[in-house]
Amino acid sequence: MKRFVYVNDESCGESYCDNRVSNTKYTLWNFLPKNLLEQFRRFMNQYFLLIACLQLWSRITPVSPVTTWGPLAIIFIVSASKEAWDDYNRYLSDKKANERKVWVVKDGIRGQIKAQEIHVGNIVWLHENDEIPCDLVLIGTSDPQGICYVETAALDGETDLKTRIIPSICANLSSDQLGKVKGVLECPNPDNDIRRFDANMRLFPPIIDNEKCPLAINNTLLQSCYLRYTEWACGVAIYTGNETKSGMSRGTAEPKLTAADSMIDKLTVAIFVFQIVVVLVLGFAGNIWKDSNGRKHWYLMYPAEGPWYDFLVIPLRFELLCSIMIPISIKVTLDLAKGVYAKFIDCDEQMFDRETSTPAHSANTAISEDLGQVEYILSDKTGTLTENIMIFRRCCINNTQYGDDSGDALKDTRLLNAVSSNEPDVVKFLMVMALCNTVVPIKSNDGAISYKAQSQDEEALVNAASNLNMVLTSKDSSSAEICFNSSKFQYELLDVLEFTSDRKRMSVVVKEGGSGKFLLLSKGADEAIFPRSNPGQQTKTYLEAVEMYSHLGLRTLCLGWRELEEGEYKEWSKKFQEASCSLDNRECKIAEVCHSLEQGINILGVTAIEDRLQDGVPETIKLLRSAGINVWMLTGDKQNTAIQIALLCNLITPESNGQLLSINGKTEDEILRSLERALVIMKTTPERKDLAFVLDGWTLEIILKHSMESFTRLAMLSRTAICCRMTPLQKAQLVGILKTVGYLTLAIGDGGNDVRMIQEANIGVGISGREGLQAARAADYSIGKFKFLKRLILVHGRYSYNRTAFISQYSFYKSLLICFIQILFSFVTGLSGTSLFNSISLMAYNVFYTSLPVMTILFDKDMSETTVLQYPQILLYSQAGRLLNPSTFAGWFGRSLYHALVVFLITVHTNAYEQSNMEEISMVALSGCIWLQAFVVTLDTKCTLSCGASVVNLHTGSPWL
Amino acid sequence: MDSSNAAGTSNGGSGDGDPAAAARRNTKMPKYSKFTQQELPACKPILTPKWVVSVFFLVGVIFVPVGVVSLLAARDVVEIIDRYDDACVPVNMTDNKLGYIQNETISKECTRTLTVTKDMKQPIFVYYQLDNFYQNHRRYVKSRNDAQLRDYKKANQTTSCEPERTTADGKPIVPCGLIAWSLFNDTYIFNRGNENLTVDKKDISWKSDREHKFAKNVYPSNFQNGGLIGGAKLDSSIPLSDQEDLIVWMRTAALPTFRKLYGRIYVDLKENDTITVKLDNNYNTYSFGGKKKLVLSTATWLGGKNDFLGFAYLIVGGLCIFLAFAFTLLYVIKPRKLGDHNYLSWNRHPAGR
Repeated sequence: MKRFVYVNDESCGESYCDNRVSNTKYTLWNFLPKNLLEQFRRFMNQYFLLIACLQLWSRITPVSPVTTWGPLAIIFIVSASKEAWDDYNRYLSDKKANERKVWVVKDGIRGQIKAQEIHVGNIVWLHENDEIPCDLVLIGTSDPQGICYVETAALDGETDLKTRIIPSICANLSSDQLGKVKGVLECPNPDNDIRRFDANMRLFPPIIDNEKCPLAINNTLLQSCYLRYTEWACGVAIYTGNETKSGMSRGTAEPKLTAADSMIDKLTVAIFVFQIVVVLVLGFAGNIWKDSNGRKHWYLMYPAEGPWYDFLVIPLRFELLCSIMIPISIKVTLDLAKGVYAKFIDCDEQMFDRETSTPAHSANTAISEDLGQVEYILSDKTGTLTENIMIFRRCCINNTQYGDDSGDALKDTRLLNAVSSNEPDVVKFLMVMALCNTVVPIKSNDGAISYKAQSQDEEALVNAASNLNMVLTSKDSSSAEICFNSSKFQYELLDVLEFTSDRKRMSVVVKEGGSGKFLLLSKGADEAIFPRSNPGQQTKTYLEAVEMYSHLGLRTLCLGWRELEEGEYKEWSKKFQEASCSLDNRECKIAEVCHSLEQGINILGVTAIEDRLQDGVPETIKLLRSAGINVWMLTGDKQNTAIQIALLCNLITPESNGQLLSINGKTEDEILRSLERALVIMKTTPERKDLAFVLDGWTLEIILKHSMESFTRLAMLSRTAICCRMTPLQKAQLVGILKTVGYLTLAIGDGGNDVRMIQEANIGVGISGREGLQAARAADYSIGKFKFLKRLILVHGRYSYNRTAFISQYSFYKSLLICFIQILFSFVTGLSGTSLFNSISLMAYNVFYTSLPVMTILFDKDMSETTVLQYPQILLYSQAGRLLNPSTFAGWFGRSLYHALVVFLITVHTNAYEQSNMEEISMVALSGCIWLQAFVVTLDTKCTLSCGASVVNLHTGSPWL
Repeated sequence: MDSSNAAGTSNGGSGDGDPAAAARRNTKMPKYSKFTQQELPACKPILTPKWVVSVFFLVGVIFVPVGVVSLLAARDVVEIIDRYDDACVPVNMTDNKLGYIQNETISKECTRTLTVTKDMKQPIFVYYQLDNFYQNHRRYVKSRNDAQLRDYKKANQTTSCEPERTTADGKPIVPCGLIAWSLFNDTYIFNRGNENLTVDKKDISWKSDREHKFAKNVYPSNFQNGGLIGGAKLDSSIPLSDQEDLIVWMRTAALPTFRKLYGRIYVDLKENDTITVKLDNNYNTYSFGGKKKLVLSTATWLGGKNDFLGFAYLIVGGLCIFLAFAFTLLYVIKPRKLGDHNYLSWNRHPAGR
């Protein structure tokens, strides 16, 4: 399962697709059949097509076929043209991308070709600010160090610059050589993982280097990224066209179906069954009437012997007569309504975040009703509940705690004194702060240095270090320079042992410029560092410091270092190289190798970083909880920090009123026992409101493996939970568990680690925050601040649900009303299936008189926003689905039957005898229905008033007499 | 931004001063309009007991007089109904009514005597009423072609006229279809003593029908020429627009019991006048047990004699007034504070759901 790419070899590229990017769903030729096929996959459309086809048989059709073909055609044309328009726009943008000119080097000659003509193996030459046309492996840049910067916002939404480096094998190639270089790359088949690229490369003569050189994601330039701050760069095309990593990760998301939608579907099926029953009964009765009575009525001229299908004619007629029971307009009406809800969210001024200038946005226009039915909110902590502005507050170096008095270590004179007096422990501590990271310093023209970092914590640490006179002045892939108290220190950067969520630590290996000593600098979570500390070292004070800091809701990191023997490093470096080169399971192997080096670390100290709560978070959580929504916090952070934040933001109540059940243990048995214990307490405590449980990622893993059922039961009982140390996958798993039990979940987060959870949940909400836009892009809704969630749910969600509940049931009601009148009428026509209404009346009734006026409900507010936010308990109504369920639907059903009876009986009695002609009765009945609709819409959904509506109805016949 | 969050649940504003100024700074800020912010002016009447009672009372007060007036109007109408289908069958044929009506040799003439029960002011409407006759049957209703009636050039358009489309030799029938074919053909002649009461058969059909649906230049052709004779024949020298009996008949009734206008008598009738009706009892209702009735009726501004509307208004109006009183009583005896939070479901069941 590998692909071999021969550099600069025309014959190789032929076997792979060219670089034509195609995002279109259709071609000119397959549009009609493909689109029709897609549309007919829906049950409703199939049903309508069947009805429309039956109507073509004039023997059975009660009304002109236009009544069904017309609306059906309109529905199809509307959705087809929407698809076509979208597809055409995609085609245009593809075309623009495909025909863009790019520079390509072939056998040393540079030439311009269209982007779509790039083949695998070509060498593509890029200039500053160029968009990268396909996936490339970097082989040369203008930078002497062989690095270049790319902006990957289009790919992963992260706005910071990423560094890319030339593979070692290609370093020192001159630009002439670059054009003629030949070689082979061994890389995996195309996949969609934008964080991983495990490949290797070998060059052919004349540049001989028989060693295989490993390639990783930081040697690649991926399609749709931009080259920045680099004069030029060139690379070998490895994946082209739709096989690039960005092309593979595209893909149509599964459309989400709201709870309200699936309820409507169920009701539709119920109505369909009802319709079949009615048709069978009436058809049977009609045949009996025909045989026993019909032939006596000579003026009907029933033939003595009909064709073989005669017994089918009357049932089929009734089927057509009753086909309007399922309103053809409901889908269009609902789609339109949903579009309007989404627009309301986009336009809501009160959900506009002024600080970051981000409006709320609903990327998915189809699921607003679900917002009003949310039962569980699963929230990320960092960046979602907190601001994700990291500020270095306190530290503990060499058993001295700084920053305790003022709350800001940077102002602690003791620390400042220690810095100015070059206290060795403090200097080392600061050096680790400045060097052990992946921060890129960027010098602006006026000499000021700003830092670009992927992690907010690192940025905070580097900034704090520079405030304490330890300034990271420059850094590239192989070296770094720091400046401490005006003296400069050079370091050679040898290896970076990267941070992963499993390792929870990162280290760098540097070689000190002056002394030539090899140093391992590490930083990481306390539980990742302390077990690896030097056994001789006392860590008690550090542990206490960590404890104390996390009680204050601060994020802690432990810093450590170790001097390496040269031999030890060399040996390890070889292993590390091997692991980095392996094609499969690379991550795991690297982690193992890293582990072997990160031993016996001397702890230097602990840093504490503050991440403040976002504005309005406690109030919002309190409001959401009183609205009956269960809020869970899923975080990658430490348990203590998480609990403190949870206390601060009203998620859990302090000990006297609430109880926090901790599920933990050292062994599997202990964990499972503690789970059972928690379950028993949860069950026996009468007021469960203030019970919460807390567990961490490791515990969850064991529980899910052994005792899924108990955990599910616990999850159903628990209104609050704090889950710490969660991996992205576990977050998604928790969402999945709640979903399988049938709860409607909303996941909210801001970072890349929340994406899976956001996609898994019924509703995904992204905070367009500081960790990039990745979460916001994957989400159904994006908002600027957590506090807007209350408005999104209580105002928009609730209104949307109420409105959809009304519109959908009303659509059925008005169709049933007409249908019941037709059925009642059939009893006075010898069950022959005569339609009381003509085609035009029926169409006008469905479109002009009833579908359009109901749109006024889109602006209806049953209660003012203020009231809803004041009494959030009102959400229980929509949450429990009290406005759209079989029993409310039965109410509407009964109402339509009752209204039909009233309209029909009154019409028939007032227009008896000499006034009993078809047109007149049909018009009177129709206008009766229209008046009724108007009253029903006006009187809203208040069931108490429906009898009022029918009383007034008595009047409706009279103007027409 | 802050104003509508007056509930105090959150300090909604981010607190950066004047919102208008902020709006100008932020180009991404959604444009304010009452429409997009869902702040369109609306009135939300609260159904306080006073409101409900007054609305019910008002409806009652309006409906009851309307009901009384329409009831009185309906009662003013004088109506004479005479069922003659059974009575006109000769005594010896009562066991074989079908044989009687289908036997063309037997004279169908019949005389009925009617007594005027009350003074009747002209115009007096003469209707024939059929019972158990399904003019609304699907086979029947569809069996016509309007294009043919409107335009003489379209005489050949007989689609949907099955089974009365063409004659046996394929010539199109005008007017085609079952409706026309089964045209009612009983006739009535009225006498008071020796005085003949002329029945005016002009303008008995809808004006719009005469002018737009039945053309002046379309003449009946091949009508009732087939093997089976349905009802009346038509004079093929008279255009369809003047064949008013046909026009009336072709405006199909929606109910199996219906009356069709036969003509008008422009003579006042006195109480106890006897009227003899000489009628030709041609139309076959015996095969399906239908009834035939002759109806003489005056009319008021409300139409014919139909109590239903008056009663409906009276009942609904009465019900409204009753409810108004009942609610008032309830309100006086057991008043309930409006907006009492104790009645909210989550206050009654504090456990939630």
